[in-house]
Amino acid sequence: MFDNALHAAGGEKTAQWRPVAEESRPVRILLIALALGGLAVLVVAPLAVVFAEALARGAGQALASLARPEATSAIRLTLIVAAISVPVNAVFGIAAAWTITKFDFRGKAFLITLIDLPFSVSPVVAGLALVLLFGTNSLIGGWLVASGLPVIFALPGIVLASIFVTFPFVARELIPVMIEQGRAEEEAALTLGASGWRIFLTVTLPNIKWALLYGVLLCNARAMGEFGAVAVVSGKIRGQTATMPITIEMLYNEYLSVAAFSLAAVLALLGLLTLALKTVLEWRHADQLAATRRH
Amino acid sequence: MALAFRLQKSPMPGFGLGMGITLAMLSLIVILPVGALLARGISYGPEAVWATINTPRVWAALYLSFRLAFLAALVNLVFGTLLAWVLARYDFPGRRLVDALVDLPFALPTAVAGIALTALYAPNGVFGSIVRDLGGKIAYTQWGILIALIFVGLPFVTRTVQPVIAEIEQEVEEASATLGAGRFHTLRRVILPLLLPAALIGFALSLARAVGEYGSVIFIAGNLPMKTEIAPLLIVIKLEEFDYDGAAAIGIAMLLISFAMLLAINLIQIWSRRRIGHV
Repeated sequence: MFDNALHAAGGEKTAQWRPVAEESRPVRILLIALALGGLAVLVVAPLAVVFAEALARGAGQALASLARPEATSAIRLTLIVAAISVPVNAVFGIAAAWTITKFDFRGKAFLITLIDLPFSVSPVVAGLALVLLFGTNSLIGGWLVASGLPVIFALPGIVLASIFVTFPFVARELIPVMIEQGRAEEEAALTLGASGWRIFLTVTLPNIKWALLYGVLLCNARAMGEFGAVAVVSGKIRGQTATMPITIEMLYNEYLSVAAFSLAAVLALLGLLTLALKTVLEWRHADQLAATRRH
Repeated sequence: MALAFRLQKSPMPGFGLGMGITLAMLSLIVILPVGALLARGISYGPEAVWATINTPRVWAALYLSFRLAFLAALVNLVFGTLLAWVLARYDFPGRRLVDALVDLPFALPTAVAGIALTALYAPNGVFGSIVRDLGGKIAYTQWGILIALIFVGLPFVTRTVQPVIAEIEQEVEEASATLGAGRFHTLRRVILPLLLPAALIGFALSLARAVGEYGSVIFIAGNLPMKTEIAPLLIVIKLEEFDYDGAAAIGIAMLLISFAMLLAINLIQIWSRRRIGHV
């Protein structure tokens, strides 16, 4: 009975008492409201408007516009570009992360800075740089066109531009994870006589698979959605070098709103899918992702 | 370069292959194209490059891009920190969904964001019509550009600050409170200094992204020379006129701005590592 009375008193007290390291309830509610309100206006509203505009004249119209030849060729081209640039970037990311984390060499910080560089270069500048290197009036470009392999205004240029803008994605995801895991396991495998490939496939890869998948997801989303760099190098040839984002711009500028937003909705769905998968990875495999992702 | 990346002795295999792939890709994708851009500037001549940049229209575009990017990064610094605090400290229904939504600007292609924001803020759009009734205009003005830049840079500050907040031991706040500090005082004198380095890095990343942003801006900007014309658009215009030298000149100016910001980010990281031992 005494015990109960004590609990009751304690219960009454906790209603009044609040931890010193916490804001008061009204302040907390205000801050949450500000955060949610801001996010609703800035992020949720644009997302919602994509679907609203796509379905403005019914789902039938939206689907019909996706069946138009320019839409289907854009979707096909975007898939091809991603199918080439994402694996290339994954291989590069693994190679760079392996080199940087398993060995000590001079100039490592400089190498990491170079890998990070595409993050801070404008996509348009990236496209321009590729045009200047591979365009018809450059030395390499002239030779490539003469030998029947044009880069600019063709698929290779779009792939190169996509690789440029996603360049650090996989490496940046793997490097912190591999630093944290250290070299002991690989060194143990080495002393047991395993070959380099065997060490990588049976020791390293299982340790980094989720981080690798995470990087590949982000890389894929960006590669499929890249606009600025691709706009510069593709030449925007309808049905040939117009990726999905480029086709969205063309349709939008022709006031074909439903068609533009329908294609945009497909990319938005891809973005949502990427977010969902990424979130699942963060919940399930937080311990195997880069430390900054753990929250 | 081979000398710079020389290996210290290691029994681990795969250095040659790994470094080979890394350097080959780095050369093809980054070093050669950027080198070609710089080489074009050199062959065009420093005076000619300067003459191209030193025109009212280019200055207006560079100033516009940098000024609005700075303002957007500032908004993101404040709102992003608030968002990080709410997500890391408070529990409310749907918190995890909101947490995932913060990254949407990273996952949504810029062209999609561009036409969506334009549809929202155009005079006949959901938000635009409200502003129009109040006698204002957002799309096709600098306000529209600012909103697009806030959108693309939104996740940076939240994602750099949030893990730092999660790591703060609440004991330091309790200690501060027992020593007589009010909650506001504790936040300002104890929490804020801990968050500052991460927040500054997020700010710099957001700024770097916004200065070069193109896709989400061109739809909403209206693209009027001297008024709502961003620097990357000028490059595209020069390229469409086949003025490769002019495009290269503006491209080099923007590249130098990027380098400066990359340097700033690295300096902040070094400074914060010295100050509190981690980033």
